[in-house]
Amino acid sequence: MSAAPDAHHPYYVPQPSPYPILLAGAVFLLGLGLALLVNSLAAGWWPLGLGALLLAGTLTAWFGRVVGETRSGVYGHQEERSFRWGMLWFIASELVFFASLFGVLFYERNIAVPWLASFTSRAWSAYTPWPHFTAAWPSAGPAGRPFQVVTPWGIPAINTLILLSSGATVTWAHLGLRAGRRGQLKAGLALTILLGAVFLALQIHEFSHAYTRLGLTLHSGVYGATFFILTGFHGLHVTIGAIMLSAILLRTLKGDFSPEHHFAFEAVTWYWHFVDVVWLMLFVFVYWL
Amino acid sequence: MSAVKPAAAHPDEHHEPPRGITRWLYATNHKDIGTMYLVFGTLMLFVGGLLAELIRSELMTPAMRVLSPEAYNQVITVHGLVMVFAAVMPLTAGLANYLIPLMIGAPDMALPRLNNWGFWLLPPAAILLVLPWGLKLFGIGTGTIDTGWTMYAPLSTQSGPGADFAFVAVLLLGLSSTMASINILVTILNQRAPGMTLMQVPLFAWSWVITALLLIAVFPALMAGSIMQITDRHFGTHFFSAAGGGDPVLWEHIFWFFGHPEVYILLLPTAGVLPHVLSTFARKPVYGYEAQVYSFWAIGLMSIVVWAHHMFTSGMPAAANIYFMLSTMAISIPVAVLFFCWFGTLWRGSMTFETPMLFALGYIVLFGIGGLTGLVLSDAAADQQYHNTYFLVAHFHYALFGGPVMGLFAAIYYYLPKMTGRMFSERLGRWHFWLTIIAFNVVFMPQFLLGIAGMPRRIPDYALQFAPLNMVSSLGAFVLGATQLLFLYNVLQTVFGRSGAKASDRVWEGAQGLEFTLPSPPPFHTFSTPPVIE
Repeated sequence: MSAAPDAHHPYYVPQPSPYPILLAGAVFLLGLGLALLVNSLAAGWWPLGLGALLLAGTLTAWFGRVVGETRSGVYGHQEERSFRWGMLWFIASELVFFASLFGVLFYERNIAVPWLASFTSRAWSAYTPWPHFTAAWPSAGPAGRPFQVVTPWGIPAINTLILLSSGATVTWAHLGLRAGRRGQLKAGLALTILLGAVFLALQIHEFSHAYTRLGLTLHSGVYGATFFILTGFHGLHVTIGAIMLSAILLRTLKGDFSPEHHFAFEAVTWYWHFVDVVWLMLFVFVYWL
Repeated sequence: MSAVKPAAAHPDEHHEPPRGITRWLYATNHKDIGTMYLVFGTLMLFVGGLLAELIRSELMTPAMRVLSPEAYNQVITVHGLVMVFAAVMPLTAGLANYLIPLMIGAPDMALPRLNNWGFWLLPPAAILLVLPWGLKLFGIGTGTIDTGWTMYAPLSTQSGPGADFAFVAVLLLGLSSTMASINILVTILNQRAPGMTLMQVPLFAWSWVITALLLIAVFPALMAGSIMQITDRHFGTHFFSAAGGGDPVLWEHIFWFFGHPEVYILLLPTAGVLPHVLSTFARKPVYGYEAQVYSFWAIGLMSIVVWAHHMFTSGMPAAANIYFMLSTMAISIPVAVLFFCWFGTLWRGSMTFETPMLFALGYIVLFGIGGLTGLVLSDAAADQQYHNTYFLVAHFHYALFGGPVMGLFAAIYYYLPKMTGRMFSERLGRWHFWLTIIAFNVVFMPQFLLGIAGMPRRIPDYALQFAPLNMVSSLGAFVLGATQLLFLYNVLQTVFGRSGAKASDRVWEGAQGLEFTLPSPPPFHTFSTPPVIE
């Protein structure tokens, strides 16, 4: 399937391709739609819808093209090393994204809320509209409505077990792939996707429980804001990971990936493990402590 | 699945550039993509420059004459955002795309299609930024973002729809910069000619290693911050609002965690070009190569932990002010090492003063003034006086025009003959340099004095005692702006005209490096067979 390692294999420089500019156009339309819609301009649904379609179509075609190139054997060791480095640095940028969200959580909890509650002495109380605000965590802030928090040892603990298991099943699938046991590979991938889907279903249930029963919403001060932005973006990444795993499963069913060459599979497992680690941090710092 | 045509499997079979507009729209060639970055960046340099002329027209005399206060706020904001994100960053990325594969003997960038995506995200971001001006014509919204380029909360969480467009534009810019950075890093790590170790990589490429690492390390934080701004504005969160326990100062931390490294993101690529230019025209090898590489690393690492020196007047605890003051002053040490190496390269050289060399020397002088006035501002106690005055405006224009923009002129004049195969008009180039450096000082030196006298920045009107120096500054700005038309004419004449002398492969007598072993202009594909480094 893949080309034999060849010392004189020239680095593959692809032909001109329409996909990058189409993808840029899709991102532009999505951004335009978002900017219009948040300002209650209903015309924004048009660029948003078109952008979503263009995004899905372009990504499918672009990755299809790359899969075709992989099968035709134009990628050698050097190209594969480029992909590895590329994926690693991409995950590094994702790591910074989540790290900054955690940074926001620590800042709000340990600096902003205590600072806001520190103007209590008579001399300072004239500087704040809320002289009686006291520091606590969780906090809805001085003007927020009370709410209850999600207890860590219910659904979040179960979700931790589910994601940790999915990390194990995807590794089991990888071992199967390396040993040439295709059945184990397919079963492992399918199990991982299933666990991801169960995780997402439980997250959705937890969000609706928070909104309807606990009074915990985006409006619930800094606690609600940090809770939903961290868990929400993590959920989005689990969704993307599950979609990528499904694409890998489909390719597996079509007979792709050899024990030696399966970079796409590895890239997706890296991403999945990364999302896993982020969840552990979430469980500890958002739900538990 | 799409089948791959046999031709694609043999990249050596297409040597000629594709014809027509799709050559650019669908580009995968690093020289074409680099050229598009350079053209886009130059265009935006003139857009940002026009906005600057508008600002100086308003400030030429006291009282409101040219712009309304609302329009003034929008113009200064877009001037800043365009110059930083749409002019200087694309120009440095264009140089990286065009030059790094030539410098390290690579056939192309490592991920050519990703490369093109990174570029084509830029025009949409620029469109989104200014689109609210168009919407306003149809009675929608209040125009574009008007908060200043730092987008401080709570002004930004309360300002009109233009802010949403700006934050979405920031998301696109972040995506673009992250993709470009990944590509440049992977190229330098994986595409070097056989035998070229990391410590043989030319300094321009090294400067981009640090720049790319910085972009990956800080831009996602600004993207996260932009998302929080949008949720604060429209989805009821309280990240930056004390009513919900949040804190507007948090936005300042996020912004400057990105924004201070951003200064070095703008600066480092031209600090990487400088030793190439200096050593060529001093006809000496680069002095202190290793010291410069380590200085790049030190500047990069330190720039991530000094951000809050932009916030001395925001009300941080004294301990925080002291830490950020001392760490900021410490970063001048590796910068001083770079200056030392530049002087070391010039020391006892057989110098000649062609246009690129003039701009490189101008860089050292002007950026030197920018750096030294930065030390003044880095003093937390003194900063209380200087902050939010024209002293600060003058300082960062000496740092960012004196550094990156002068460096970009040096780089463009230095490599233009290599890229086009023709020499530019040396006479016009010298006129461009002398008028630029004189006019620049006429614009910004008075602003130091205005700042010390207490003229606040970001206000479209001012007290009568500031009038004479503002008149001088504005007249200088008009000359500075007009002078740049000389540059444009010279470049266009070199690219499209037939009059210029042919450039040799080496172009400059003292030029070193793989890029100068290639013909001028280089063929569409270069180093398909990598050169062997001894």
